[in-house]
Amino acid sequence: MGVCVVVLVVAFPLYWLFIMAFKSAEEMYSVPPVYWPAEPNLGNFIVLFSGINEDARTFLNSLIIATSTTIITMILGTMCAYSMARFRTGGHNFAIWIMSQRMLPAIAIVFPLFLAFAFLDILDTFPAIIAVYVAFNLPFAIWMMRGYIQDIPIELEESALVDGCTRWQVLYKVILPMARAGIFATAVFTFIFTWNEFVFALVLSNKDIITYPVQVTGYFAVQQTYWNKVGAMSILGSIPIFFTVIFLQRYLVRGISMGALKG
Amino acid sequence: MTTTAAAVAGGPRTGVLLQDRRFKYWLIAPAVLVMLLVGLFPILYSLVVSLQNVTLFDQDYSWYGFGWYEFLFEDDRFWESMWHTALITVIALPTELIIGLLLARMFLGNLRAKPVFIAIILLPSVVCPIVVGAVWRLMFDTRYGPITHFLSWVWGETIEITWVVDPTWVYPVILVAEVWQWFPFMFLILLAALSNVDTDLTDAAEVDGAGFWTTFIRISLPAIWPVMFIAILIRGLDLVRIFDIVFVVTKGGPGTFTETTPIYMYITGFHQFETSYTGAMVFLVIVLLSIVVVTALRRVEISR
Repeated sequence: MGVCVVVLVVAFPLYWLFIMAFKSAEEMYSVPPVYWPAEPNLGNFIVLFSGINEDARTFLNSLIIATSTTIITMILGTMCAYSMARFRTGGHNFAIWIMSQRMLPAIAIVFPLFLAFAFLDILDTFPAIIAVYVAFNLPFAIWMMRGYIQDIPIELEESALVDGCTRWQVLYKVILPMARAGIFATAVFTFIFTWNEFVFALVLSNKDIITYPVQVTGYFAVQQTYWNKVGAMSILGSIPIFFTVIFLQRYLVRGISMGALKG
Repeated sequence: MTTTAAAVAGGPRTGVLLQDRRFKYWLIAPAVLVMLLVGLFPILYSLVVSLQNVTLFDQDYSWYGFGWYEFLFEDDRFWESMWHTALITVIALPTELIIGLLLARMFLGNLRAKPVFIAIILLPSVVCPIVVGAVWRLMFDTRYGPITHFLSWVWGETIEITWVVDPTWVYPVILVAEVWQWFPFMFLILLAALSNVDTDLTDAAEVDGAGFWTTFIRISLPAIWPVMFIAILIRGLDLVRIFDIVFVVTKGGPGTFTETTPIYMYITGFHQFETSYTGAMVFLVIVLLSIVVVTALRRVEISR
């Protein structure tokens, strides 16, 4: 009973955003508010994909950035994590340094980066922002993957080495298949973090690579907020996240706590 | 485990030892390189620029000494922004912790449809913070928002509160949004920790006549403390860096009333174009935070 009340209170704001996207203009700005739209109105979504397509383009940008970041982060992160898990490379201090990277405030990091990127004339380009996101996500990916790799029995690698595999082959043929579930879960989280990120995207994009969270904030104007746009874009942007929660719930504990529970 | 790892690295196949040495550094090299470029460069650069007198329009790279740091210590707006940040952190952190803990306690028993409930509760934590800001702007809308409507209904007459402009109400709005987004994080971690507490111990304590609170404080709390400490640390550091939600809900307004330090940095850097001054602020904040982080991480020894 108590649990049901809590769940309702938590879920209502999301419900409100959801139906807002399906309301007609009159329902959106009615007093008292409309709690259930008379008929679902898809116009708010259709308008995103018609005309100049600026809004749809921001989703494509987000997709390009998040996908590239995830792939690169996973490759670099898994390699580094393997080295740390198996050879204790860098030891205790290296592990702490990596973790402390994650705790730096984005807004503090982004200002010098903005100046440097402006100097190098690479502001508002995909490679520049992807590099930043890779660096930003690496500590998390390394931390998670190190835990997963430590769980893999080392005997498998030993026998592969005895059978004449090179070290790289061991990594490729033994570790990758064994850590598949961990790699998948970590990749999903890296994708979500990048998809949701705002500060770097706000500062390092100007017009060509604007991501969807930055575009949404543009619709909070001083005089008027364009709720139809905000609602529809927020719902579209949250769909990948909703699916993740539904299908990957069992990975969430470890992912959200950055793998810190297991260490 | 570690001994076998050492055996593989160095052990009987001594011929490949040298090669292994290179191999393990080759593996970490690309990741370290990227992190150094994006992580270390900004710190050094902001240190250098903070000792000069540069604005975005005036590229004068002569040395200026520690003038900007002196200015920083006299800048009331900076210290007020620190106070705003601390205020939000000090209220939001315990609130999230307590709600998370209570809810985790409720979820400990057998519950029908538990995974579904947990999934719904988790949603706010994985949604984009900008979307969360939008959600609460909608909820607290002065004319069309359901909260205004509900309160008017309870009150019996139409109330008009300009939630995100009225100084009395801006902080509650920000705090509600922040707590709503992040108490699920606390809840999830504490639920996992509480589920691992040995029920034999708590049962035995209760048989011996210990009350609920005694059992909780003497047995459960010490057992979950290491995990709880990490959760508090992660959330505390997130709160100190609060930017997204404030940016969407109030942009620091009314005036500078809800301006947190990250928002102030953004304004000095990108609206007032005070490059050197922002550099000084960036450097000071990074140094302060790094000290906190490294001290805390050493204490928890999470890199067992």
